[in-house]
Amino acid sequence: MHPAPSLIAFTSLSGTGFGLLALLGLGFGPDTVGFAWSACVLAGLLCVGGLLSSTLHLARPDRAWRALSQWRSSWLSREGVLAIITLLVFGVYALMWLFGGERSGLLGLVMAVLSFATVYATGMIYAQLKTVPSWCSHWTPYKFLALAVSSSSLMLAMLSGFAGQSGAAVTLLCLLALVVAAVVVSRWRAHTEIADLASVGATPEEATGLGHIGQVRLLESPHSSPNYLMKEMVYQVARDRALAIRRVAMFAGLWIPLALILLMFVTGGGLVALVAALSHLTGVLALRWSFFAEAKHAVSSYY
Amino acid sequence: MTTLPETPTVKLGLVIDLDTCVGCHACAVNCKSWNTGGYGVPLSDQSAYGADPSGSWLNRIHTFEVTPEDGKAQLVHFPKSCLHCDDAPCVTVCPTGASFKRSEDGIVLVNEDHCMGCGLCAWACPYGARELDADAGVMKKCTLCVDRIYNENLPEEDREPACVRACPSRARHFGDLADPESDVSKLVAERGGMDLMPGQGTAPVNKYLPPRPRRDTEGTFTSSSLPASAPAGRESSAPVGGILGWLDRALETLE
Repeated sequence: MHPAPSLIAFTSLSGTGFGLLALLGLGFGPDTVGFAWSACVLAGLLCVGGLLSSTLHLARPDRAWRALSQWRSSWLSREGVLAIITLLVFGVYALMWLFGGERSGLLGLVMAVLSFATVYATGMIYAQLKTVPSWCSHWTPYKFLALAVSSSSLMLAMLSGFAGQSGAAVTLLCLLALVVAAVVVSRWRAHTEIADLASVGATPEEATGLGHIGQVRLLESPHSSPNYLMKEMVYQVARDRALAIRRVAMFAGLWIPLALILLMFVTGGGLVALVAALSHLTGVLALRWSFFAEAKHAVSSYY
Repeated sequence: MTTLPETPTVKLGLVIDLDTCVGCHACAVNCKSWNTGGYGVPLSDQSAYGADPSGSWLNRIHTFEVTPEDGKAQLVHFPKSCLHCDDAPCVTVCPTGASFKRSEDGIVLVNEDHCMGCGLCAWACPYGARELDADAGVMKKCTLCVDRIYNENLPEEDREPACVRACPSRARHFGDLADPESDVSKLVAERGGMDLMPGQGTAPVNKYLPPRPRRDTEGTFTSSSLPASAPAGRESSAPVGGILGWLDRALETLE
């Protein structure tokens, strides 16, 4: 699949943003004014920035509001509706916290549940597609959720540190979230190893129905230059490049943050957490790139 | 509404004969010609006369080579367009409600005034039947020529999809596949019409008729089975039928 920068940015940034909303809602982080402001602004920017980035992927963004209408059947619609409801709840929560000085526990819990539901719906947009075997698994939404928590926990550690309130609890949360994310990503990777086009009934033989005669191969393309389908769904990624990006994801996303988190037990959050968070986010972006670029679509059996 | 209708009582669709298709692309050309002025926005082209032309088409003709384990490779021309699936994944993923399947005849259509061009329906379709128009930014797909088949301003023989009307080898048939007594349903039963990618669970309405077994792979009509003594050309003594045969016999009587 074509790795559209707008979608890579959308899923990674809004995932981190909604993850941060969930952690704030669950009561993580200190109650100081400085932390409240910085956390609310950062979470809001990440969520809204991510969602705005997703509209760049639309050919007719002026009609994006229509996407809120089909929540009964469409995961993309559900994602939009959940994101907006979550942001409305966040708005009330933030106003109460920033101007009332009070963090509502109940409202926070509702916000956390809605945030996780939003990230789950984002994952389901991809996991529902039977046409893309590497996406079509329950590990896809789990992966989106695990990475949302790991990246947002590092943001939380950074903000707590800058507010002078870093504690071992937040650092422990970062460590736990990172380990869980690593396990979930490796489970998803194991799924992609066995999820080829044959596993969803989309080999060239099944695509043409000619398998009973013999082996099928394209002899003549229907057109002389690439069309929409080929640009969008028959994206070819060089093996070396895919491997290099995977290494970036592993190194920047897992090993560097892991080392820095261990360091954070001594130094606390703040600057160390900032570097860890940026490194991890780079890894998440790399992972998201390969999520798209390495995914094979059923239609490639016709090309 | 992007939920699917209960099983429609009429399922209009195409039956495509892979045995008789000659790969001439006439169906695709007539499709483009009709649909660029028909339902919805035109099918735009980008750099049509440039070095790297591209554009939206609702029907594309692939050519495949099929190689049996023990035998010669075979060419199969393969027209591909929307299969108007009973369980159309492109409809249920649509967030705006622009993509829908008609309950009265099962045709899958896009309301181009509502489409926001997210492209998710094209991702959900295993057949590559949907293309985002680069000019208008809305999804284009086969309409089964909904603006022809019910159009009383057209002579009756033209009230069928443009691709079917154009096919010179009669490889395309149009009708109601829900009615077991329809010509298309009988054709499907007789020739073993098949679904593409049944494992995807889309339940396509359109059916493909497989190529008939090749005679030379069965050894009954190979070049070596021709009589070695068969003289060629004018010298042939083999009886010739038709008007040439009559002419031949008439000339013989004159000699």
